[in-house]
Amino acid sequence: MPACFHCGLTVAGTGRFCCAGCEAVAGAIAAAGLGAYYETRTTPALRPEPLPEFHAPKDLTESALILERVRCAACLWLIEQVLRRAPGVKRADMNYATRRAQVAWDPERTSLGEIIGALRAVGYDACPYDPQRQRELERTEQRAALGRLFVAAFGAMQVMMYAFPAYVDEVSAEAMHVMRWASLLITLPVLFFSCVPFFSGALVELRQRRLGLDTPIALGMAFGFGASAWATLTGSGAVYFDSISMLAFLLLGARYLEAEARRRAARALDPLLKIVSSSGILAGQTISIAPGERIPADGVVTQGVSCADESLLTGESRPVAKRAGDEVAGGSVNLEQPLVMRVTRAGADTRAASIARLAERGTASKPRLVDAAERVARHLTWIVVLTAAVSAILLGDPWVAVAVLVVACPCALALAAPIVLTRASGALLAHGVLLTRGRALDVLTRVSDVVLDKTGTLTTGQLRLGTIRLFGDVDETAMLELARSLEASSRHPVARAFPGGATHSVVTPRNVPGQGIEGTVRGRRVRIGSEAFCQALCGVPPAGPAHPNFDGSFVFLADEKGWLAAFELEDTLRPAAAAMVAGLRRAGIAVHLASGDRPEVAAALARELWIESCAGAMSPEDKYRYLEGLQREGHVVAMVGDGLNDAPVLARADVSFAMGGGAEAAQLKADVVLMNDSLESIGTALRIARRAMRLVRQNIGWALAYNALALPLAATGFIGPWEAALAMGASSLTVLLNALRPLEQPEWKASTSSFPSPSASYS
Amino acid sequence: MESLYLLVPVSVGLVFLTGWLFWRALHSGQFDDLERPAQQVLDDDH
Repeated sequence: MPACFHCGLTVAGTGRFCCAGCEAVAGAIAAAGLGAYYETRTTPALRPEPLPEFHAPKDLTESALILERVRCAACLWLIEQVLRRAPGVKRADMNYATRRAQVAWDPERTSLGEIIGALRAVGYDACPYDPQRQRELERTEQRAALGRLFVAAFGAMQVMMYAFPAYVDEVSAEAMHVMRWASLLITLPVLFFSCVPFFSGALVELRQRRLGLDTPIALGMAFGFGASAWATLTGSGAVYFDSISMLAFLLLGARYLEAEARRRAARALDPLLKIVSSSGILAGQTISIAPGERIPADGVVTQGVSCADESLLTGESRPVAKRAGDEVAGGSVNLEQPLVMRVTRAGADTRAASIARLAERGTASKPRLVDAAERVARHLTWIVVLTAAVSAILLGDPWVAVAVLVVACPCALALAAPIVLTRASGALLAHGVLLTRGRALDVLTRVSDVVLDKTGTLTTGQLRLGTIRLFGDVDETAMLELARSLEASSRHPVARAFPGGATHSVVTPRNVPGQGIEGTVRGRRVRIGSEAFCQALCGVPPAGPAHPNFDGSFVFLADEKGWLAAFELEDTLRPAAAAMVAGLRRAGIAVHLASGDRPEVAAALARELWIESCAGAMSPEDKYRYLEGLQREGHVVAMVGDGLNDAPVLARADVSFAMGGGAEAAQLKADVVLMNDSLESIGTALRIARRAMRLVRQNIGWALAYNALALPLAATGFIGPWEAALAMGASSLTVLLNALRPLEQPEWKASTSSFPSPSASYS
Repeated sequence: MESLYLLVPVSVGLVFLTGWLFWRALHSGQFDDLERPAQQVLDDDH
């Protein structure tokens, strides 16, 4: 009986398909011109099931989809193609590690239901991301992996027992025969159950006509087992069942750890993604949040007083107080009292959603070094297979070929780096540092100069009242009250330096843009604002010893009789600014200040923070040229800015940081977004990047050295299959365990050295 | 040496028995969470 073309089930009647469903699916695939899927797939597809009812909110435009039945790389390609060709789909990115597809679409032209329908048409079940379902999938996967690992481990142990006597002593021929049969019996499940991933992987590579990591391993194992089984059946020759099962155990162990690390890294994004797909909540709704509950969307508190844990978004674990009028971010947790909030942004528009998007995209671009290593790994597999063939022919011993195939360890080159990168971006996110381009990790380790912007970067950009100078015999408190009363009607940033509201009633307040405010208080006309504005009222220039030394920004207060007071306004320095600059200098990084503010102000700030090179009154073009100049001298420049006004300058820098506290992370054109606005995070980012790149370099160095040494030894017959299996397994485990080393010092240690010291920076 | 003819098959049998036991444990959820239960013992509320 013929098998169904699509799902492989037996076809009852005539024809190529078992059911109408399969025929429709195959038709849809062929009609889309994606027939290549059938050539590259490794397993027959599953039979499509009837479409369940699915209700999606109408105005949803982006969603994370979990995909089931994804089996191999060909599936991945097919899904991405189908999604990208579907009408109205703006973007589709598939992540194999997390089995998630990020899809954005135009709500005018299509809907989530239609997109899921399109995926079902080619035979994949998709559902909006649901943590419950994701966990379910992960659990089955983890169980299967653990099962395979255990069978290989126990099998390897037992086979080793049978092999051991022959290595140390003379064993009688009959006893040997019995033990070989026992070994064969136990190696069977190891090979045909535990090693399935290697064989299916090799098959995919074969179908796609490329050589990957699995091909040499699968070849070596298959050949080793075949020859050993033949030797057992005929009672002649050597057997290497122990080597095969040990290799399987060590490799599966490495892969298990890898999968675990990947799952853990993916889980860090889970709560953020949950926000993206929290359907049912729409902007404009009013919802109440119980204490302990995660806030499902961005919004404004309308009732209640509580505090929220925003660590998911900012990495800051200290709770933030929330009262009516405060903004709350989706993804944070309400801690104390019930809150009522009005939703301003829901689903894919939330801050959490854009962070999740950027973080997933960030891992897609890899540092140059890793790209190069992956290319080398691809060439290495060719070299290995050719070496195996040539050396076996030259030496006339097929076991040499097995040794060569087994001993080569390209996985150290190709596998271990991505794990370090995923872990690094996860560790950074935990500190409120969002890496939007993985490529930047590499550059971060080479930074020699940091250029800082002033307003909004070193300072918060929020004005604060400094010293008050009084003219003549007036009371300071009275002057402050007067100033507050006048500024109470204003929305200008200057007004925020005078908080507290009006204590006097101001009659006919008049706001002169760019000048100041005039009003009548208790029958007295007063003005607050610039020097010229006040002078126009009182008639004389400010004089006397109270005339301030103008290196800050001043606001004046005067009435018709004369000058009353001058208020110095300071831009609040960010708390960690001084520590950050000192730390950067200790790490051997030159710090520059490029400010658009007046040169005197910039110079004063530079003196305060011990910044050696400083330039004031710089336009964005000046800053751009300044960066170019540094780069021409061979410096690797990191630029720190607010990410909105200085986007072109940030783009010019080798690596750019943006303060992302206020703005939408996606609008910030920077490689690294500091979501908690904490300058200390720059040090954290440099530290984690250096550590991560060091691990990557160590792994790549190890892999190159190991392969350069082991390959010739195996090809010349110095290393037999037994030693080859041990060396290869140990090598891939070493690399993997190295990749899993902590990226940060424990806290008690980190407190003594919060910045990387130049001596410990490279290895 | 004769004992080998008995002991080796017995050991093979034991391997498969252990494999079956592990299989059952695996699918009853024994290994699903390898971290939390270890810490749960230290938790006072439990």
